[in-house]
Amino acid sequence: MTSTACFIIVSRNDIPIYEAEVGSAAKREDAAQLHQFVLHAALDIVQDLAWTTSAMFLKAIDRFNDLVVSVYVTAGHTRFMLLHDSRNEDGIKSFFQEVHELYIKILLNPLYLPGSRITSSHFDTKVRALTRKYL
Amino acid sequence: MPPAAPRSGDAIFASVERVNAELFTLTYGAIVRQLLTDLEEVEEVNKQLDQMGYNIGIRLIDEFLAKSNVSRCVDFKETAEMIAKVGFKMFLGVTASVMNWDADGTCCSIVLEDNPLVDFVELPDTCQGLYYCNILSGVIRGALEMVAMKTEVTWIRDMLRGDDAYELQVKLLKQVPEEYPYKDDE
Repeated sequence: MTSTACFIIVSRNDIPIYEAEVGSAAKREDAAQLHQFVLHAALDIVQDLAWTTSAMFLKAIDRFNDLVVSVYVTAGHTRFMLLHDSRNEDGIKSFFQEVHELYIKILLNPLYLPGSRITSSHFDTKVRALTRKYL
Repeated sequence: MPPAAPRSGDAIFASVERVNAELFTLTYGAIVRQLLTDLEEVEEVNKQLDQMGYNIGIRLIDEFLAKSNVSRCVDFKETAEMIAKVGFKMFLGVTASVMNWDADGTCCSIVLEDNPLVDFVELPDTCQGLYYCNILSGVIRGALEMVAMKTEVTWIRDMLRGDDAYELQVKLLKQVPEEYPYKDDE
């Protein structure tokens, strides 16, 4: 069940505002950087693709070796990007939807500046629990 | 005509005009955020919220007395019960409870289990000393001052700081007798 996955949230200005690395990768150090590099490289593709469809979930948009990049774009053009090796598309869609709800609650906090880093440990705990549940 | 009986908090809450809770919460959040941007110092924001609450309280007391038809409270204990049961219910829709009375009956705690002002709020690290609901302490202080009681209201527990409830300590400093604005002998 535990698979490698890297989840980042990128704001509309292409600034990463949240990162979470989950999974049982053997070599953690360079794997983490590689994952983030792959996800950032996929941002260009996301930008083009986001305007072609009105759906929020963009499914798998890029591949790297055996890892797949799936992306979910919110109404405010905040991108949730997931690098994973599982094939469970429905699970990933539900994961994105639940993270979206958590993200909305963060946005409703008047003391949170949209586009700034998400530092809430509560959010972090919840997201990690969701990754264990769906991935 | 016999005087109307005092109405319960629930009855009044059901009869007044209400506003969407999210709109209320978001508006209050916007006020606090703007104060933080303008004043920058957390202590200053606390003071300003208290002052704003005071200005609201001195006007709110009239509406409270008009809608609730309560008679003069016999002592401070009754006053505190009125605030917790009728006042909070009427204006915020939540019921508070009064506890921790001290020996002379001049100091008590009003405890709020839930608070509509703080839905979705989390204090970031830069605002650690902020009393987000300080407006409430100002409201109570202002309202009581208009009915001849000088009080001091402070926060004992605050859920945004990790406690399990909101607790306000209301301390009666003195009863101020009514003063006429003109002298009798003129």
